[in-house]
Amino acid sequence: MTWVNDVLQGIFLGGAYALTAVGLSLMFGVMRLVNLAHGDLAVCGTYLATTVMAMLGVPLWAAMLIMVPLAFLLGAVLQVSLFDRALHSGPTAPLLVTFGLSVIIENLLQQIYSANTRGVAAGRLDVATAHLGGLVLPWLALLKLILAVAVIGGLSAMLRRTTWGRRVRATSDDLAIARLQGIRVRPLFASVTGLAIAAAALAGTLNAVTTGVYPTLGALTLIFAFEAVVIGGLGSLWGTLLGGMLLGVTQVVVSQVSVPYATLASQLLFLVVLAVRPQGLLGTAPAAD
Amino acid sequence: MSGPVLEVRQLDAGYRDFQALFGVSLELARGETVALVGANGAGKTTLLMTIAGALRPWRGRLALDGADVTGQPDYQRARAGVVLVPEGRRLFGSLSAEENILVPAGRRQSGPWTLDALYELFPMVAARRGHRAGLLSGGEQQAVAIARALAANPRVLLLDEVSLGLAPAVVDAFYETLPAIQASGVSILLVEQDIDRALAASARTLCLLEGRVALAGDSAALSRDDLIAAYFGVPA
Repeated sequence: MTWVNDVLQGIFLGGAYALTAVGLSLMFGVMRLVNLAHGDLAVCGTYLATTVMAMLGVPLWAAMLIMVPLAFLLGAVLQVSLFDRALHSGPTAPLLVTFGLSVIIENLLQQIYSANTRGVAAGRLDVATAHLGGLVLPWLALLKLILAVAVIGGLSAMLRRTTWGRRVRATSDDLAIARLQGIRVRPLFASVTGLAIAAAALAGTLNAVTTGVYPTLGALTLIFAFEAVVIGGLGSLWGTLLGGMLLGVTQVVVSQVSVPYATLASQLLFLVVLAVRPQGLLGTAPAAD
Repeated sequence: MSGPVLEVRQLDAGYRDFQALFGVSLELARGETVALVGANGAGKTTLLMTIAGALRPWRGRLALDGADVTGQPDYQRARAGVVLVPEGRRLFGSLSAEENILVPAGRRQSGPWTLDALYELFPMVAARRGHRAGLLSGGEQQAVAIARALAANPRVLLLDEVSLGLAPAVVDAFYETLPAIQASGVSILLVEQDIDRALAASARTLCLLEGRVALAGDSAALSRDDLIAAYFGVPA
């Protein structure tokens, strides 16, 4: 039974990874943009939520209702002001620009909030658990998993069924021709990045309830998000969920044997997938062109 | 309106430091089909890309129904009714055939080309509507590409080498649908390698040579020898 419990905890952890990573996957899938500041932007969302809580004296859920739309706006503004230009400036420009943004964000956060770890209080949600047979289900972890599935399912449905989604997919296939068919790319990309950053900020804040938050947390966040995306398959949203879960399960199960080896095991999983199936589990092999 | 739908005046255009067009002028009347012929590298595709807005002209003027559109970006040009069927078709490969046709539909000008009308014109597209565009045959892809352009109910349709790489029977099938497209009142600028087809399908023909208009005239009145001379830049 402990074994089942471990796998379950791993799946919950995977939900948290996937919710963080889905925006990275979306932005890469649509724009071929690898956002190295993704984790730092998630951390920005967390600090924003704590600031809103402190200033308005509201609980976490209310602060998040304010923070998530602001994160969307931040993503949209970054896309229009920075990323669009980077995308027009050769293949290495987006990497350099987002790496620079990452450094700027981490240092700004240290200036404003100091380097100390701070907790994010979630009230009763912090420790609430449900017991099911011999299994322990922490409500917070369950919530993250439900949100991950809902966000990924919602984004997939929007991409597949709506006019917006059709335009996004068309632009992802052939940007120049999409423009010649009357699609205005700037607001479309702004909305994509807005959604990506909003999801990351949501995930980052929920994760911080368990782990606390510090200014350089974004780098670590990025690594796990990136691995979830690559294991699952670049640009595949459900793949990202699967990748996150495999990472989570590996980590939790191995940590039962040896805690120091848990992180190593998840990196090894990443390497094995890269070696055996570089396009990722649900990714399609690149077209031969 | 009596004036031309599309007016191109003294257009210079090119890529970076390479000039591809030198003082090109042309007019397209409502419902008129003009054929554009010329050797490879004569500037046909550059002219179409510039009219569609994908390239900003260096000098000269573009007007649509008398209104200056020279500086208008590509997506606005498309919405204003100038739509390109690009060389090599360039469908959105991961979308279904029907989704490809629906891409411009959100901005649809009212007009004759509803989805039903397009399926009537291209029954083979209707049969393949749910298939991924990237997996269709060349002829099917070409039909989808033309349907996608027509779905915007354009005023000006720019057709770039629609018969390139297609089997002769498929090309015949396309030219059989052309009269129905012309009858809808759209003006067409048709780039075609096959001079006989170009002359037969158009009211007027324009021949480009090294970026300049070498010959222009009524398709019925042009002599084949003159056209070939203009095409290759040598006296016949």
